[in-house]
Amino acid sequence: MPSATAAAPLSTPETAGNVVYALSNVGKTYARNAVVALEGINLTLRRGSFSAVIGSSGCGKSTLLKIMAGLIPPSSGRVILQGKPVTGARRDIGMMFQQATLFPWRTTLENIVLPIEIRDGRDAAKAAHGRARDLLDLVGLKGFESNYPSELSGGMAQRAAICRMLITEPAVLLLDEPFSALDELTRDFMNMELQRICTSRDATAFLVTHSIQEAVILSDVVYVMRPRPGRIAEVVEIDLPRPRTLDMITTPKFGTLVERIRSRLDKEAFK
Amino acid sequence: MSASAAATPNEGAETVWAETTPWYDRVPRAISMLFLAAVFFGLWEMVTRLEIVSPIILPTPGETLRDIVLVGRNLIAGEYMLAALWITIKEVIYGFALAMLIGFSLGILVGETGFGERAVMPYLVAIDTMPKVAFAPLFIAWLGFDIASKVALAAFIATFPIVVGTAAGLHAADANARMLFKTMGASRWQTLFKMKLPSGLPQIFTGLKIASVGVMAGAITGEFLGGGRGFGELIRVASTQLNTPRVFSLIIYLSIVGMSLFGLVVWIQRRFVFWHKDRVVGGDL
Ligand SMILES: Nc1ncnc2c1ncn2[C@@H]1O[C@H](COP(=O)(O)OP(=O)(O)O)[C@@H](O)[C@H]1O
Ligand SMILES: [Mg+2]
Repeated sequence: MPSATAAAPLSTPETAGNVVYALSNVGKTYARNAVVALEGINLTLRRGSFSAVIGSSGCGKSTLLKIMAGLIPPSSGRVILQGKPVTGARRDIGMMFQQATLFPWRTTLENIVLPIEIRDGRDAAKAAHGRARDLLDLVGLKGFESNYPSELSGGMAQRAAICRMLITEPAVLLLDEPFSALDELTRDFMNMELQRICTSRDATAFLVTHSIQEAVILSDVVYVMRPRPGRIAEVVEIDLPRPRTLDMITTPKFGTLVERIRSRLDKEAFK
Repeated sequence: MSASAAATPNEGAETVWAETTPWYDRVPRAISMLFLAAVFFGLWEMVTRLEIVSPIILPTPGETLRDIVLVGRNLIAGEYMLAALWITIKEVIYGFALAMLIGFSLGILVGETGFGERAVMPYLVAIDTMPKVAFAPLFIAWLGFDIASKVALAAFIATFPIVVGTAAGLHAADANARMLFKTMGASRWQTLFKMKLPSGLPQIFTGLKIASVGVMAGAITGEFLGGGRGFGELIRVASTQLNTPRVFSLIIYLSIVGMSLFGLVVWIQRRFVFWHKDRVVGGDL
């Protein structure tokens, strides 16, 4: 299955416009400890699609994300983003981590416009305050512009991190377990928010998670990974209708998909 | 209050919890401190009254207090002691400024570059382990008996904690923050000034606090060994005349200067590093 999505047709002009990311045969061996973190990863992300990669911890999910973001080089294979090979950090990417990573000496608003300040300077950042306020409104953080991160709850901080990620209007969102430090109720809520934001902006998103339910409720495609070395074991298309709602979780179809992914993960874990 | 006290145990919704903190931990801070001071002065008075030690070695609290007032009058009147104190304060300020200049530069070199970390740091550690006051005669030989040699010794002692604090602060930056700055396409300078230095401020201030104590020690040691007309010289003269009350009261005034400098650093830290709370003033020393 993964090999069927190999890179061959991606370079053709017809498909090129529709494909945001194309990874072909990507592998990573950490030189320091000779750990083979990834091997033979092939995947393509269509524009506007939501994909998730799921796997036990240590199976190379974060490594994959860092390679896609151009933060570390792959040991083998190629990564193409928007038609251009990734050879270093790229500005058309927005990233989020498990920790909000807001800077405590900046107010919420100053944190959100930081990417603009870095790219275009202070004046441009000032000029972006209006857009930052709109984003805060979008995620339900209106009124917290001048609060410092220490005054925000975990969920609020992650919402501010979403705004910071969106302010530069990146072509693709790379999300490394963004809500896994939140409690379950907040997490479900944030997932629905994320779906709404992605749909409204037609964003391409790639989510790393170890929650099957989270992967299924959000994604069009779920990549199931197996560890040591990290490989894609199965690609599961999620053909649930959109928009997704939390009450879909109890439908038989949802249950079937979750079961399919769970059994695959179990099989890989005890192999 | 009175209503709940009047209620019978059965009716009372509020139950009174047993106090778990022992009484001596609930005494207000000011009273605890006064108590310690009283014990200290009481013991001191006792030791001198009973002549357990000779009055030449240890003056009575009363004598010392009288001399503190005397020195205070001299300082307020702007007489020779104020001039001496001003010289010492100048040495401390110049020494601290010089230490910050060199300390931040070396700290950034060590914290930011592989060359600094691999080649410069080992030498700094080697020098730091030496007893730095032993360099005083060299500074005096090179820079003379004027304030320059004292400034140099003060700066020499105070530089290392600033280097270490700055380098540690730069290394403390969070891995996610680094990744974030990379994806934002930040330059090296932007990463340094907008992320690494601010997030390292707690460590940097720890270094500055240690330095603020060291700079005072350096200036006074310089004056002991290199003469001049500073406060250290007054102490040296008083002690050769066996005027112990004077030595004590001069030390008190010096420590006021030292505490002011330390307090200034803490105050600036509170203002600029408002997001990071030290639990005790200087508690991370
Ligand atoms: N910088 C690194 N140096 C050496 N080994 C690493 C490094 N980062 C991750 N690894 C190893 O690579 C494997 C995959 O790690 P990671 O991508 O973080 O997994 P996941 O995000 O799925 O938990 C693990 O075995 C981990 O120990
Ligand atoms: Mg991870």
